[in-house]
Amino acid sequence: MVDFGGWDMPVQYPAGTIEEHLRTRTHAGLFDVSHMGEIDVRGSDAIAFVNRLTANDVTKLVDGQAQYSALTTPQGTVIDDLLVYRVAGDHLLLVVNAGTTDKDWEWIKSHHSGESVALRNASAEYCQIALQGPDAESILQPLTDVPLSEIKYYHFRPGTVDGVSGIVSRTGYTGEDGFEVYAPADRAEQLWNKMLDAGKTGTPTGVLPCGLAARNTLRLEAGMALYGHEIDETTTLLEANLGWICKLDKGDFIGREALAQQKEAGIKRKLVGFEVTERGIARDEQDVLVDDEKVGKVTSGSPAPFLKKNIGMAYVPVGYASVGQEIKIDVRGRLVGAQLVKTPFYKRTK
Amino acid sequence: MANVPEDLHYSKDHEWVRVEGNEAIIGITDYAQNSLGDVVYVELPKAGDEFSASESFGSVESVKAVSEIFTPVSGVVTSINESLADEPESVNSDPYGAGWMVRMRMSSPGEVDSLLTAAEYEDFTKAESE
Repeated sequence: MVDFGGWDMPVQYPAGTIEEHLRTRTHAGLFDVSHMGEIDVRGSDAIAFVNRLTANDVTKLVDGQAQYSALTTPQGTVIDDLLVYRVAGDHLLLVVNAGTTDKDWEWIKSHHSGESVALRNASAEYCQIALQGPDAESILQPLTDVPLSEIKYYHFRPGTVDGVSGIVSRTGYTGEDGFEVYAPADRAEQLWNKMLDAGKTGTPTGVLPCGLAARNTLRLEAGMALYGHEIDETTTLLEANLGWICKLDKGDFIGREALAQQKEAGIKRKLVGFEVTERGIARDEQDVLVDDEKVGKVTSGSPAPFLKKNIGMAYVPVGYASVGQEIKIDVRGRLVGAQLVKTPFYKRTK
Repeated sequence: MANVPEDLHYSKDHEWVRVEGNEAIIGITDYAQNSLGDVVYVELPKAGDEFSASESFGSVESVKAVSEIFTPVSGVVTSINESLADEPESVNSDPYGAGWMVRMRMSSPGEVDSLLTAAEYEDFTKAESE
């Protein structure tokens, strides 16, 4: 067990990270992600308020739809990345990272000025169980009254799972199809055990409980950012390849001006993906070199169990950010060759 | 329970030493491989490299983490286990056999006497995991 944002969480279960990762890609993996924070926003100005604090366009959401977005600073850097769920026109649920929940909560409260909204940090009220992988729908369907095939990617429905009322969302952090179930915190164990049973855990193709290490390798293969690594208060959304969530034309929001200026002037550095081409594993924080000169840092580096390669992401100057660029990684004093590749590293076949 | 063969010597850094005449064969223990999880990469020194006892001579990497490995005795590396380059998982499946790491010619063979016996190492790991 490790401390993760104040939560005791397993790095891996007995099957081990590689097996957990592979099973999620080929069948199904179960993740207890109850540590994630939930902030409830209600009131007639809920959409306008959240639209002013986040980069993506909340007005584009319909009831039952979710959106990947970010809370931004006036400089266009990232307070946190989050999912915005539109429960109703006057009710949004913001799902934020565990380690940043308190910071986000303070940030959101402090930027509330005049809008007619009621804010509640509901993090302790929810558990969140993520069932991910190609078998997720067939495992979950018998347990829920929600017709899962009708839920599109990044949509959700209220409903029951094993008789427990909650929200079933077709979202995830693995690059696979799958669901995230939000329910009352005291039902976490019941739902966890039920989904393991329904997924025939313990059999060679059954669902495996997965720890933090597999969650990280899965999201990395899928090219997804992790707060504190690829994005933080020093990186802008444009540098982090998250221009697609910057809706500069939607009206004013915190950071809009800075992002518009940066877009106009052009970014100086950029988040890229690389594959190690020599023997060695790149790790977080290691230096990236081009022609013996330090040009950047690895934000996440790890073996990729499904791709069977050693991969990573790094910030480099835009002049060195083209696919095919050769770089070196300083792996504890040894320079190891790597090459920039397209991200995501892994994309599931539909 | 972790496997702790009787005939080996152990360090508190979780390496084992098998003595063959003047030579020491070194690897990491069953307890260590189990704590690390799936080993995906092993970095070893070259034959001819010289180390003092307790010096780091390489590293073992799991998906999540890098752990240094330390030589329990002083000496010169005479050979390394080349097969770990392609089969690092041997460290998990057979830590005292196919997962051995280096063979050294010991410069002070008396150093092995200060290492832990199997029984002492077993007590040590029990205390550590409590």
